[in-house]
Amino acid sequence: MTESSEGQKVADQDNHTLETHTRPDGLALRLLPYIDKYGILIVIFVMVAVLYVTQPDVFLSWRNITNIFKQTAVNAMLSIGMFLAILTAGIDLSIGSVMMLGMMSAGVAQFAGMPWPIVLILAPLAGMGAGLVNGIGITKLRMPHPFIMTLGMLFMARGLGNLISGGVPLTGFPDAIRFLGSYQIPLGEYDGTRFNLPVALVLTIVVYIAFSLMLKHTVLGRRIYAIGGNPEAARVSGINVDAVLITVYGICGFMAGIGGLLLIGRTSSAFPTAGTGAELEAIAACIIGGASFFGGRGTVLGVFGGVIVMGLIKNGLNLNNVSVFYQQILIGAIIVIAVFLDVLRREIGTRK
Amino acid sequence: MVATGKRKSETSSQRPIIEGRGISKFFGAVTALNDVSFELYPGEVLGIVGDNGAGKTTLMKVLSGLYKASEGDLLFEGQPAHFNSPKDARKLGIEMVYQDLALAGNMAIAENIYLGREPRNKFGFYHLGASQKMARKHLSNLKIHVKSVDQKVEELSGGQRQAVAIARATAFDAKVVIMDEPTAALAIREVGKVLDLIKNLKDRHISVILISHRMDDIFYVCDRVVALFQGTNFAESPLEDTSRSEVIGWIMGTKENPGELSHDRVE
Ligand SMILES: Nc1ncnc2c1ncn2[C@@H]1O[C@H](COP(=O)(O)OP(=O)(O)O)[C@@H](O)[C@H]1O
Ligand SMILES: [Mg+2]
Repeated sequence: MTESSEGQKVADQDNHTLETHTRPDGLALRLLPYIDKYGILIVIFVMVAVLYVTQPDVFLSWRNITNIFKQTAVNAMLSIGMFLAILTAGIDLSIGSVMMLGMMSAGVAQFAGMPWPIVLILAPLAGMGAGLVNGIGITKLRMPHPFIMTLGMLFMARGLGNLISGGVPLTGFPDAIRFLGSYQIPLGEYDGTRFNLPVALVLTIVVYIAFSLMLKHTVLGRRIYAIGGNPEAARVSGINVDAVLITVYGICGFMAGIGGLLLIGRTSSAFPTAGTGAELEAIAACIIGGASFFGGRGTVLGVFGGVIVMGLIKNGLNLNNVSVFYQQILIGAIIVIAVFLDVLRREIGTRK
Repeated sequence: MVATGKRKSETSSQRPIIEGRGISKFFGAVTALNDVSFELYPGEVLGIVGDNGAGKTTLMKVLSGLYKASEGDLLFEGQPAHFNSPKDARKLGIEMVYQDLALAGNMAIAENIYLGREPRNKFGFYHLGASQKMARKHLSNLKIHVKSVDQKVEELSGGQRQAVAIARATAFDAKVVIMDEPTAALAIREVGKVLDLIKNLKDRHISVILISHRMDDIFYVCDRVVALFQGTNFAESPLEDTSRSEVIGWIMGTKENPGELSHDRVE
C-alpha cells in the first residue's frame, strides 16, 4: 500500500499491510490439515492392527498382502479415474459399465483373431471413447450435471457391450492379455516362503505415482483443481474448462478400460455382469480417502488409502468369515462418516 | 460524448486508450445498455456510478470480452476491437476484477495469480517455483503483504482476496484494470488499503475503471466520473467539477438542486 492517506476519510491508518486475521477456534482448525492428510493412515493402521490380532498367522503373510492388492487393483484403476471427475465437482457413474464395454471390446477382438497388442489396446481405447462422449455430453450438450450424462452412459455402455458380445461371457484369453491382471513376478524364496510380486500391484503403484505427478506438476492437473475450486474463476481466467472436463472424463473412461484388462487377467473372461456396481465402490474409495464432493479437494495418496481401506474391509471380513452383508453395512457406515467429516471440515474451514 | 477538458495534464488532449461508441446490450427483452458511449484515457482512474441494474457490470463485461455488445463499437487505442472472450481483451492488456472476485479458494495465492497463464518449465510442466517467485516479486511491487504466497485463498480476509484479485489482474502488463465494486464486501478497515492499491496502479500508469457505490471511494481515487442511469449515459464530469451530492443525484436520476442530500452513500 502507498504511504499517503492525504487526509481522506480512509478508515485504516494503523497498519498498511494486509495481514491474516488469527481466528479464535484454533485447535480444531490447526488439527484439520493433519486429519485431512493423515486421518486415512490412522484408519488403515487401526484396521491392520485389528486384523492382525484376529488373524495373526494369515493376515500379514506376504501371500495375503499381495492378495489384497491383486483384488483391489481393479477398484484402484476405477477410483483414480473417478477421483479426477470428483475433483472437478463431477462424477462418473458409467465407469463400471464402461469397464465391461472395454472388456467386451477386447473379447470380441480376441475371438475375431486379432493380434494381442490390438486386443490389449482396445479395452482402454473403448473406455476412453465412452469417456470422451461423456465429456462432450456434459460440456457441449450442457447437461445440468455430470450425473445425468454418465447415468445415460451407464446404460448405453452396458447395452453396447452386450450387443457386440451377444450378451454371453467370452472366456479364454492368452497370457499376453492376462499378464497385467494375473502375472506374478517371482522375487525368490526366503525361509521356505516364496515371494511373488503381482504385476497388478506394480501397475497400481506406477499409475498412482503418475496421477500424483500429473495433478501436482502439470498445468492440466492444476487446472483440474482450479475448476473444482471455482469453475467460474477458471473460465474467466481464460481456462478452456470444457476441454479440461472432456479430458478428465476421457481419462476416467481410459482407466476403466485398464481396470477391465486387470479383471480379464484375473478371471480370463469378459462377462456381461462385469463391473456392476463398481462405480459405487470407486466413489466410496474416493470419499473414504478424503476427496470432497464439492470439488477441488483431495489427494492421490488419500484415494490410495481409500482403496486400501475398502480392500482391508473385504479381506478382513472374509478372513474372519463374516458375512458379506456386514461388509456392506460397514462400508456404507464408513462412507457416511467420511462425508460427515467432509461437511464438518468445510464448516470449520469457512467459519470466519 | 465529448471528452471534457481536464486540468490534470496526464489525461488532457490524449487519445483514449479505450473508447465505446453507442454500445447497446440486450438480454432477450431486457435492455441492459442502450447507446452508451464513454472513453478512458491512459493513466486515468474513471469512476462509474449508477443505481443497481443501471448496467455498470454489463458494460464492463462487454469491455472485458465476457459479453459481446449487441450494437456499437469498441475502440482500443483508436483501433476497432472485437473480443470473443476475456482472452482477447486480456491480450490487449484489459483485465477485469470481478465482483465475486473469481478466485479458486482451494488454491494458493501464487496459483490464483497465474491461473490460466501458468508458468511452465522447459519440459512444458507447471513451474511451481517460478510462479511462487514471480508472485512474491509482483506482490511486493504492489506493496501487498501476505504471510506466504502458498497460503490458500480461502484462508484470507476479504481485503486480502481483493488484493490477490488485483494482483492477478496486473500480473501481466495490464494497461487497463476494471474493478467492479471492489470495496462493497470489505470491512471498513480494509477499504483504504484497496483504494491505496488503486492509487498505486495509477502511479504505474495503468488506467483503472472503478465501479463503486461509495462516494468515499470515488472521491478518493477517481479523476473523472461517469453516471449511468437505466442503461444510458446520464452524466459525466471531472471530479474537481462536481460534488458528492451531485453525483448521488445522478445515481438517482436527477440533475437538479442536489445540495440538500445528507447521506453519503447509496446502497
Ligand atoms: N445475463 C443477464 N441476463 C439477463 N439480464 C441481465 C443479465 N445481466 C444483466 N442483466 C440485466 O441488465 C441490467 C443491468 O444489470 P447490471 O449490468 O448487472 O447492473 P449493475 O451492475 O449496474 O447493477 C439489469 O436489469 C439486469 O437484470
Ligand atoms: Mg453490478
